[in-house]
Amino acid sequence: MSKGKLGYYNPQKPQENRITDIGPVHYMQLLPPSLRKNYGKWVSHRVIEPGILMHVAESGDKVYSVRCGGARIMSVEHIREICDIADKFANGYVRWTTRNNVEFIVDSEQKAKDLKKELDSRKFVAGSFKFPVGGTGNCITNIVHTQGWIHCHTPATDASGPVKVVMDELFDYFKSMTLPAKLRISLACCLNMCGAVHCSDIAMLGYHRKPPLEDHEVLGKVCEIPLVVAACPLYAIKPITLEDGRKSVTVNKEKCMYCGNCYTMCLALPLADSEGDGVAILAGGKISNRINRPKFSKVIVPWLPNNRPRWPEVVSTIKRIVEVYAKEANKYERLGDWAERIGWERFFEKVGLEFSWHLLDDYRLAYDTFRTSTQFKYTDHAWAVSKAAGVI
Amino acid sequence: MGIPGQEKLWDKEEKGHRTYNDVRIFTDEQLNNYTEEELKSFKNKHEISMIEELEKGPWPSFVSDLKREALHRRKLGQDNLMIAQEVAEDLLGLMELSYKEGETHWKHGGIVGVLGYGGGVIGRYCDQQQKFPAIAHFHTVRVAQPGGKFYTTDYLRTFADIAEYRGSGITNLHGSTGDMVILGTFTDQLEPIFFDLTHDLGVDIGGSGSNLRTPSDCIGPARCEFACYDTLDMCYNLTMTYQDELHRPAFPYKFKFKFDGCPNGCVASIARSDMAFIGTWKDDIRINQDVVQEYVANKIPRDGGGMTGRDWGKFDIQAEVIDLCPTKCMQWDGKKLTINNAECNRCMHCINTMPEALRIGKDTGVSILLGAKAPILEGAQMSVLTIPFAYAKNPYDNIKNGVIGKIFDWWIEEGKNRERLGELIQRMGLKTLIEVLGIPAMPQMVKEPRSNPYVFFKEEEVPGGWTRDINEFRNRHPR
Repeated sequence: MSKGKLGYYNPQKPQENRITDIGPVHYMQLLPPSLRKNYGKWVSHRVIEPGILMHVAESGDKVYSVRCGGARIMSVEHIREICDIADKFANGYVRWTTRNNVEFIVDSEQKAKDLKKELDSRKFVAGSFKFPVGGTGNCITNIVHTQGWIHCHTPATDASGPVKVVMDELFDYFKSMTLPAKLRISLACCLNMCGAVHCSDIAMLGYHRKPPLEDHEVLGKVCEIPLVVAACPLYAIKPITLEDGRKSVTVNKEKCMYCGNCYTMCLALPLADSEGDGVAILAGGKISNRINRPKFSKVIVPWLPNNRPRWPEVVSTIKRIVEVYAKEANKYERLGDWAERIGWERFFEKVGLEFSWHLLDDYRLAYDTFRTSTQFKYTDHAWAVSKAAGVI
Repeated sequence: MGIPGQEKLWDKEEKGHRTYNDVRIFTDEQLNNYTEEELKSFKNKHEISMIEELEKGPWPSFVSDLKREALHRRKLGQDNLMIAQEVAEDLLGLMELSYKEGETHWKHGGIVGVLGYGGGVIGRYCDQQQKFPAIAHFHTVRVAQPGGKFYTTDYLRTFADIAEYRGSGITNLHGSTGDMVILGTFTDQLEPIFFDLTHDLGVDIGGSGSNLRTPSDCIGPARCEFACYDTLDMCYNLTMTYQDELHRPAFPYKFKFKFDGCPNGCVASIARSDMAFIGTWKDDIRINQDVVQEYVANKIPRDGGGMTGRDWGKFDIQAEVIDLCPTKCMQWDGKKLTINNAECNRCMHCINTMPEALRIGKDTGVSILLGAKAPILEGAQMSVLTIPFAYAKNPYDNIKNGVIGKIFDWWIEEGKNRERLGELIQRMGLKTLIEVLGIPAMPQMVKEPRSNPYVFFKEEEVPGGWTRDINEFRNRHPR
């Protein structure tokens, strides 16, 4: 086994015993035997109770999966505790879902219920649950998210923190199946969207509001100026020669939309700013093709502050959206379907959100989002326009 | 594959399989080296009162978890750790600083990696290195995840030992693209980690940079009746075919394959992958009329039992299935459910609602959609339906030769630096894409036909071509 600073690696002969291009381990060896036996021969499924799924195979076999939530950032100590539980209850097999939940697969309903009890009983010393069971059916399941301040150089907000406080507030929705349809929340800490939050029912998006600083001292030395200039989607960056003859760039602050693409290309153009940075809220997107096509999330709140450590403005806004949706939507209606049925003007009214000028698209293809119809509903937003125009 | 010839290395059902004990780094004493009392009274090296507010509330607290790791490392001691023992403590301290100031403290980039590869390791350095020396370097290693994200505990415990012994002991399970992520290590540990991963775990690292990124899949046939093809096998097969593209950057930018077994899209391929494989079928939805009756009689809960948290009233098949069908291709006469399958667009609603009565068809394959990406730079895009149906059977040569190879060649040739496939399609047009693939246009590629009439024609399409004689024109039309 590998020990010491270098382990199996010999820096004098770096190619010696090097194994490359082997890819992932083959999945089949990691599947529980019950799944291997019935591989590709599943007939149906049913959620027995929140957090417990039953799958039935052609053979008549039934397997029970117990699902629990967790933080995506996970210590090896936590992983080892998951392994202990899997060894005790699930023959040493465990899996993760695409939304950072953990699943244990057992062979009887009773074992599943015992396991659920065990998982729900384990808490961190400070009091939060370690393995809350839920995340099935018409619930709010785990939030997919990015790195934030724990590991990334471009974030406009943290990731793990906002996720924690939002899930704290929506915890009962994770543990139950009371919503009209599934509701998927995600977070990306900047526009790069490692988490691809652009098709979520509700998304939190870290957003900068100040153009980049220009670090002329080093820019010409550490950045490829033509690439930086070309990186700007709004042609706001131009090359300049400083008084002392050095090369650099300047950013036209009126044109900048703070996307940070220039910073990705050039470390001498940082954007982060505690007053400028915050969170935009998007809503109404989805991935599934069910009933209607996948949809993009739409910006419904342009910016909320990074009010640390618990982001109360973000939490209360999301809570309000969820509660109104839960009360008003028809069964099977995703959040975006509901907003489209009642009209976005009614959505803003019911949820009590301001519709400021920031929400009028002004990027590529903006005209596609403009309403070119006389079909609308009267809300306070509409009366405010007629009054302001002096025509009523 | 894992180590060649050792495809069953970790298979607990095989005699002589590898166990955690064969390759473990830490002893049981080392793994159980602190008490609950010590954890309760643990005080981090740096003051962290602000992020300790994130220990409150019911949802699992990453701060509580990181404190546990911090204590474990402290008790293990520096002699048993290859990077600084205080790494978790410094990370908590740095988070506290970011929470106080509202800004990140990670520097931009840094090119590190392992010999011969151009991806899989993300360089990361802290900008407060004097205050937090244990995380001066905090590089990420992306480890290729197994299909369906299934694990044995032997495998995971070995992964955990490597991540703790040579790294911070902090991971992401999983990263956004799907990898197992070892979060935080120093440059001198990258090669040893790579050797441990390949030799002890039998696993490779994943993709980063302008490479093929680690492909990922939904749970598929391993435990889902909606799987229209073997997502795990196809993901694995393509990952192995394109190892070179994954490890050695030759692309204009990142490229993602994702494999969804059905149109429900659990792995979000339609929004997140340059090339999305989404399972579908071309015959008829299978109906069990007896079970339909049971749904109608309220004997089976609707939507796979996923709506039982609230009283939605008696199941109304007309209102809840027939009327919500997007193509109105279903009928219920009170006794029998009929589907006009030719008009079905396979949205999955009826199957999702009555999964014990309805099943996907038997003649299955994939739809291939191209070009999804997040907003940077031209705006977010979802992938475009390009190949309506392809059979997806190992070894997938029809798809590799008919689609993937042609797309890679075109994109490598024409793509600009940092231009995703979807942006290339936007810039050069679907009409160029279909020429590249040698396929005709079809109305299924568009939501609706174009409304602007600025149609380009090819010169050969217009009789006489574009070379004309002005004098000849003036003979007919004097100035």
